[in-house]
Amino acid sequence: MSSTPQDLEDLVGQKYQHGFVTDIDSDTLPPGVDEDVVRVISRKKGEPAFLLDWRLKAFRHWQTMTEPHWAQLHYKPIDYQSISYYSAPKSKKDGPKSLADVDPKLLETYDKLGVPLHERARLAGVAVDAVFDSVSVATTFKERLSEAGVIFCPFSEAVKNHPALLEQYLGTVVPPGDNFYAALNSAVFTDGSFVYIPKGVRCPMELSTYFRINAANTGQFERTLIIADEGSHVSYLEGCTAPMRDENQLHAAVVELIALDDANIKYSTVQNWYPGDENGVGGIYNFVTKRGECRGRNSRISWTQVETGSAITWKYPSCVLSGEGSVGEFYSVAVANHMQQADTGTKMIHIGRNTRSTIVSKGISAGRAQNTYRGLVKILPSADGARNYTQCDSLLMGDRCGAHTFPYVEVRNPGATVEHEATTSRIGEDQLFYLMQRGLSQEDAVNLIVNGFCKSVFKELPMEFAVEAQNLLAVSLEGSVG
Amino acid sequence: MSNIQHGDVVLDIRGLTVSVKGRKILSGLDLTVRAGEVHAIMGPNGAGKSTLSQVLAGRADYEILAGTATYLGEDLLALPPEERARRGLFLGFQYPVEIPGVNNVYLLKAALNARRKQIGLEEVDAFEFLAIVRDKMKLMQMDESFLKRGVNEGFSGGEKKRNEILQMTVLEPTLAILDETDSGLDIDALKVVSNGVNSLRSPARAVVLVTHYQRLLDHIVPDFVHVLAGGRILKSGDRGLALELERRGYDWVLEEANAA
Repeated sequence: MSSTPQDLEDLVGQKYQHGFVTDIDSDTLPPGVDEDVVRVISRKKGEPAFLLDWRLKAFRHWQTMTEPHWAQLHYKPIDYQSISYYSAPKSKKDGPKSLADVDPKLLETYDKLGVPLHERARLAGVAVDAVFDSVSVATTFKERLSEAGVIFCPFSEAVKNHPALLEQYLGTVVPPGDNFYAALNSAVFTDGSFVYIPKGVRCPMELSTYFRINAANTGQFERTLIIADEGSHVSYLEGCTAPMRDENQLHAAVVELIALDDANIKYSTVQNWYPGDENGVGGIYNFVTKRGECRGRNSRISWTQVETGSAITWKYPSCVLSGEGSVGEFYSVAVANHMQQADTGTKMIHIGRNTRSTIVSKGISAGRAQNTYRGLVKILPSADGARNYTQCDSLLMGDRCGAHTFPYVEVRNPGATVEHEATTSRIGEDQLFYLMQRGLSQEDAVNLIVNGFCKSVFKELPMEFAVEAQNLLAVSLEGSVG
Repeated sequence: MSNIQHGDVVLDIRGLTVSVKGRKILSGLDLTVRAGEVHAIMGPNGAGKSTLSQVLAGRADYEILAGTATYLGEDLLALPPEERARRGLFLGFQYPVEIPGVNNVYLLKAALNARRKQIGLEEVDAFEFLAIVRDKMKLMQMDESFLKRGVNEGFSGGEKKRNEILQMTVLEPTLAILDETDSGLDIDALKVVSNGVNSLRSPARAVVLVTHYQRLLDHIVPDFVHVLAGGRILKSGDRGLALELERRGYDWVLEEANAA
C-alpha cells in the first residue's frame, strides 16, 4: 500500500511537486489527486488530525480499487486526474455571466416549473452575488431548530463545532473503503450537511438543503451525515425540482443515516441534475452512495426518491436493519428520457429479528433511454421473522427505450418471508385515446397516466414536494409520446 | 350548445371511405343524425360498426380515403380527438381501458372542465362537482367508493360499461356514440345502463347506438334503425326493422342490396 501513493505521485507529480503548497490561498487546485491534495483539502478546512488520517486511509484504499462496471451503464472512461478536487468557493469563472448567456431551454424549463425569477440565476450558476429572500427565512429556521436542540449545519461547521459526534459516527455506515466512489468521496469531500436530532426530539420542521444557504455549491463531492438519537424523528429533503446546472460532470456524494432506538428518519430526494442535451452531451454523471443503518430497536429509515436528472445515475439508497423490529423503506420513481441512463435501486440487509422492509420502484423510460432497477434483499441467519415486500414496475414510452430489472434475493433464514412483484407496461395508444376522447390534451393524458403509475411513491413525499414532483415529471417527459 | 334545436343536423356523413392497414372497412357510408333523434346501427360482425365509432371519435390508426363528416357544421375529421370531445361528441367504448392509479373522480372532473371551458362556462369546483356526480351515480346505482378507485381498474365488464354511461351523463354530450354498450351486461345492468341513456334524451341531443342485439332497443327505443354491412348503410327503417332483423338475420338485407 505504502508504495502506491508514491507511484501515483510519480505519475502526476510534475504538475504538483511544487505548485500546490504555495497555492494554498488560491481558490482552485489544479486538476489531479494525490495524498498532498488530500492534505491540502483537510488543511483548508482546518480539520482535526483524526479526519485527515481518515481521509488518507480512504485515499490509499481508493488507489487499490478499480471503477466498478457491473452496472447497466455505458460511458467514456472518467479521467480522475483531470478533475480539480478543490475550489472554494467553487469557481464560477467559466460560468455564464448573466441569464442572457444561459441555455434558453433551461430558462424555458424554469418558466414551466414556475421558478421565481430571482432564483433562476443562482440555479443556472450565473456569477452573481445571489442573495435571495430565503436568507431571513433561514435565520428564523435556525433559531427554531436550536431551541429544539437540533443541529443542522454545513459539514465543515460540524467538523469545527461537533468533532466528537463526527468521530463517533462518520464512516460507520458507509466505511471509507466501501466502494470506489465512496472511497474517493471520503478522501476528497469538501462539504455537505450534518444533522443531529437529540433524544426524544421531533424535529419541528422539514430540514431542507434548499435553505442551507451558506453551503450552496458544494455539489461535487458532498458528504451528509444524519444521526437520529433515541426516540427522535426527522424528515430531510434533499435537492430541488428546478434543474441545476453544474460545471462538474462527476458527482460522487455519500449520505449516511443512523437511527438509534425508536428513531425515525425520512429522507426524500428530488434529483434533477442537468441530463445533457438530447444527444446526451454534457450531462452530469451521478455516482452516489446512500445508506442508512437502523441501529436501534424499532427504528425506521425511509428513502423516497424522484430521479429525473443526470446523464448517468448510479445510486442505491440502502438500509441496514440491525436493530430488532426495525423497518426499512425505499420508494423510488426514476425517469430516464432522451439518452439518459439510470441504474438505480436499493439494498435491504436484514440482520435483526423481526425486521421488515418495503421496496416500491417505478421506472419510466422514454426516448432512447435505458432504465435499470437493481435491488438486493439479503436476509441473514440472525434475522428471524424478517419480511420483505418488493414491487417493481416499469413503464415504457415509445419503442426505442429499455427497462431492465435485476432483483437479487439472498435468504439465509428459513423463517423469512420475501415477496416480489414486477410488471412492465407500455403507455398504450388505447389509454391515450381514451383520455383524449374525454377531452384531455395528449400532454395532460400522458401526465395523468404517468402520475397514476407513480402514485404509490408520490404519496410518500411531503405534500409540496409531491406537487412539484408531478410538475417535474410532466416537464421531463414532455413530447415523449407522439 | 344550448342553441341547438330539435331537428338541427348534428352529424352529417357523406361517402365516408376508410381503410385500416390497407384494408377498406367503410366504403361510401352516408348517415344523417339530427338533434332529438336516437339511431341504432346494427349489422353482422366485421361490418365496420366499431370502425365507424372510432373514426368519428378521432382514433389515429384509420386512413380516410374519401368522404366527409360534418359535426354541428364543422369538418369533424379535421379536429383532433380532444377537440371533438370538448365539442360534445362522446364515445362510449366497447372495451374501456384500465388506467391504474388515476382516480375516476379526477378524470371525470378534468373531462367535465375541459367541456365546460369549451362552451364558455366556468370550471366547477370540487363541491359543485361532487353534487353533480352524486346525483348521476344514484341514477346509475353506483357506490360512492367507486369514485376513489382507479379508472376501470379491476372493474368487472358490467362496471366498466356503467362507468362509461356515468361519464356520459356527467358530460351531457350533444352526440353520444355508444359502441356495443349492451354487450356483457346482465338484464339488471342493462336496465340501469338504459335508464342512464334515456335520462339524456332531449330535443337538443342525439344518440347513436351501435349494437348487435335487438334487446337493447326494447329499453332504448330508437327513431331509426340502420343496417351497416360491407362498409355502408344498406337499409334504414324504424324500430320494426330491428325486430325483423332479429327474426330473419342479415342475409336478406345483403341479398336485397345485391339485387338492387
